[in-house]
Amino acid sequence: MKLFRGFIIKEFYHILRDKRTLLVLFGMPIIQLLLFGFVITNEIKDIKIAILDNSKDKVTRDISQKILSSGYFKLDSYLTNVNQIEEVFRKGNVKEVVVFETDFAEKMKRQGTAKIQILADASDANTANLIASYTTAIVMDYVNKQNVSATIPLQIVPEVRMMYNEQLKGVYMFVPGIMAMILILISALLTSISIVREKELGTMEVLLVSPLKPIQIIIGKVTPYVLLSFFNAVIIVVLGNLVFGMPVQGSTILLLAECTLFIVLALSLGILISTVTNSQQTAMLISMMVLMLPTILLSGFIFPISNMPWVLQALCQIMPPRWFIVIIKNIMLKGTGLYYIWFETLILIGMTAVFILLSYKKFKIRLG
Amino acid sequence: MQSNEPVIVVQNLVKKFGNFVANDNLSFEVYPGEVFGFLGANGAGKTTAIRILCGLSRPTSGKVMVGGFDANTESEKIKTNIGYMSQKFSLYDDLTVRENIRFYAGIYHIPYNIIKTRTNDLLQKLGLEHARDKLIHDIPLGWKQKLAFSIAVFHEPSIVFLDEPTGGVDPITRRQFWDMIYEAAHRGITVFVTTHYMDEAEYCNRVSIMVDGKIADLDTPNNLKTKHNAANMDEVFQKLARGRKY
Amino acid sequence: MLFIEAHNISKSYSKTLAISDISFDVKKNELYGFIGPDGAGKTTLFRLLTTLLLPNSGTISINNWDVVKDYKTIRKNIGYMPGRFSLYQDLTVEENLTFFATIFGTTIKENYDLIRDIYVQIEPFKTRMAGKLSGGMKQKLALCCALIHKPELLVLDEPTTGVDSVSRKEFWEMLQNLRNSGITIVVSTPYMDEASLCDRVALMQNGKIMQINTPQGVISKFPKPLYAIRSDDMYLLKNELVNYIDCESVHIFGQNLHYTSKSKVLNVNNLTLFLEEKNHTGISISPINPSIEDCFIALMTENSTSDAK
Repeated sequence: MKLFRGFIIKEFYHILRDKRTLLVLFGMPIIQLLLFGFVITNEIKDIKIAILDNSKDKVTRDISQKILSSGYFKLDSYLTNVNQIEEVFRKGNVKEVVVFETDFAEKMKRQGTAKIQILADASDANTANLIASYTTAIVMDYVNKQNVSATIPLQIVPEVRMMYNEQLKGVYMFVPGIMAMILILISALLTSISIVREKELGTMEVLLVSPLKPIQIIIGKVTPYVLLSFFNAVIIVVLGNLVFGMPVQGSTILLLAECTLFIVLALSLGILISTVTNSQQTAMLISMMVLMLPTILLSGFIFPISNMPWVLQALCQIMPPRWFIVIIKNIMLKGTGLYYIWFETLILIGMTAVFILLSYKKFKIRLG
Repeated sequence: MQSNEPVIVVQNLVKKFGNFVANDNLSFEVYPGEVFGFLGANGAGKTTAIRILCGLSRPTSGKVMVGGFDANTESEKIKTNIGYMSQKFSLYDDLTVRENIRFYAGIYHIPYNIIKTRTNDLLQKLGLEHARDKLIHDIPLGWKQKLAFSIAVFHEPSIVFLDEPTGGVDPITRRQFWDMIYEAAHRGITVFVTTHYMDEAEYCNRVSIMVDGKIADLDTPNNLKTKHNAANMDEVFQKLARGRKY
Repeated sequence: MLFIEAHNISKSYSKTLAISDISFDVKKNELYGFIGPDGAGKTTLFRLLTTLLLPNSGTISINNWDVVKDYKTIRKNIGYMPGRFSLYQDLTVEENLTFFATIFGTTIKENYDLIRDIYVQIEPFKTRMAGKLSGGMKQKLALCCALIHKPELLVLDEPTTGVDSVSRKEFWEMLQNLRNSGITIVVSTPYMDEASLCDRVALMQNGKIMQINTPQGVISKFPKPLYAIRSDDMYLLKNELVNYIDCESVHIFGQNLHYTSKSKVLNVNNLTLFLEEKNHTGISISPINPSIEDCFIALMTENSTSDAK
């Protein structure tokens, strides 16, 4: 135990004295969170739209009004005929055109159905998707509130995220993603680097020749990072809540427990990386390539998995962050308990076990 | 040999890092074609001084002229007029002998046709023709060091700085290496060399010994031995450096 | 009593043979040196001794423990200082020492006597980061760290490389004191002059041991009388001696050339005449005792000619 404590103290000295590590540890989560929050946000605000109202009755005026007062959209111009549509899109300012058919209110009253056409500039597909669904939601909302027993044959696809993200806040989508990314990156990157650094320095030789068992070396190196990463997870949750109003609907303890599980998984990945590399640069490169990119691209964090070709979809299933993000979203947004996420949790536990086993096997008691 | 204009002039060189004085008022001159030994205990400030002489760092105060250029203002010109080789940094392991030569020659803007003829001459002289397309990784250490030296003087610099060039090299290669140094000096290249092998200090025309940031003594090996009543340069060094503060 | 016994060990990395068929033994309480240039196989050999590598063939035992089977016991009982002083650069002198004491389950206090003579020299700097120490001090600290658990065997891989001559002398004095206090020491070095400070040496080149002997024994085996020759123009002198008809070998050694002749006894008068004819002044020719380096060069030359055959 004394041995273990000595090891941990030494490890903390390394971390606390290295400004770069400290910056990565505590600067990165905060900066990334804020960066994603304010800059790369996929939130919709003041999108310029044009309206072609072929009916110009009370209902179309009300709906237009509601769309424009939502805060998401701003009127660019009213169009007078269909030919103008292509023109405004070409100019590039307008991202969406809303077209009401003729006799809109009449048709709604008599036939119970009327058509709104929503045209979005899909050169930016993500935004187009988003603004189209926002508009749809606003129209639906109007319909519901009017309590008119009419259905509008629009292509309404109420997405899950909209159901649990009533204000349509992008932040709810990316906080879990950021959390997954930061936890996996910091845990895996920093542990792999710190182990490989000992190899570079030659101190690993001395540690191996000492009575320390490999498992003691591993645990000694990893424990500080478990604590620090855990602390990081807390920072992200708190910051997400304070700055972006991200709720934690479910059990905080469950949330933190799942975070810990994910951290341990990431750390065992880090150890695995360190067993196959001999220089800090390689460790860093591998961590970036193997961990960061897939976390961003293949976890459903930014790009929806359901839109991917099946090969990538299959690949997504073996990405730990993909499961972690589902868990986190469930706990934070839906407030569900373990009962609903036991499957995902089990997958993470399984993955962790495999990684630990692999890295224990690969960790050499000798050189070369 | 010493009738010419000095090729290195150092006057009252001071280099400080914060409060720490690494070079404390150094003054010396080195002449063309001279083999100048720059000795000193670890931490005596040798590396700092060499960095300044190579134009990699600026003096805090004092005048430093290398090959006629001022280290304060013309460090870029200094760099094109010197050669540098150390035990730690020499050649790219994953390039072949020829590729290494061409790379370094290219840095110094030597025209391609000259590179080609000189490369052939060099390989012939070193007896490395058969190994021209071998990776540096695969040739013995002794050859590597000799090749590294040849590349350091490939662009015919007026001065070549050698930082512990023979560390860990076998005794025969070490001597062959010194033959090359003498040969370069005969061609008029000034050789500025550091070493921990004290017998090598004897091979220098003049030797300076640094202790605690100052030059404790500077003279020919023979004069130093007489002055300090020592049988060899190692004894001279021991006598001067024993009392150091670190 | 034999402490280390190595029989016919070989070790290769993929294609290159790093150690080829080496046998040696180290007695208890001996200061044993492996002398040779970089690439001779010293580091590989030391990693085999410290159980960090497994030999491809051959056996090594330390205190009757086998390096393969009993590696755990061996690791507990040796102090190892790898090639580059493997200290934590971002820990202070004291923190480094405390850490290494802790992982060996001991404390600085418990074994202070053993390291006192060395540690007092660096104690004034105990709050300084190891990375900021000079080469000589790093070396002393690394030695303290390797000693802190009172090992029976010290394995030091090139502890004096890159360290100035004064620190090197001090270091060897410490090693001799430690040997006198009962520790067996195996040390490697590329500096030939350090060989004379060992009890016995193994001269290594290209993964082989050329000779094992006491330093005195190595010197006494030098095959021929050796002469120190000097004149006022050493550069020319060497070129001319190489062409002298009776010249077997000539190597520069400090201020002299070391010379052996093909004939059993050098005819000093003839050689002097030859040099005077070449207009040399200040000629001095005198017999000299060979150094380990002379012997090493002779062995290298002998091996390379026998290899060529």
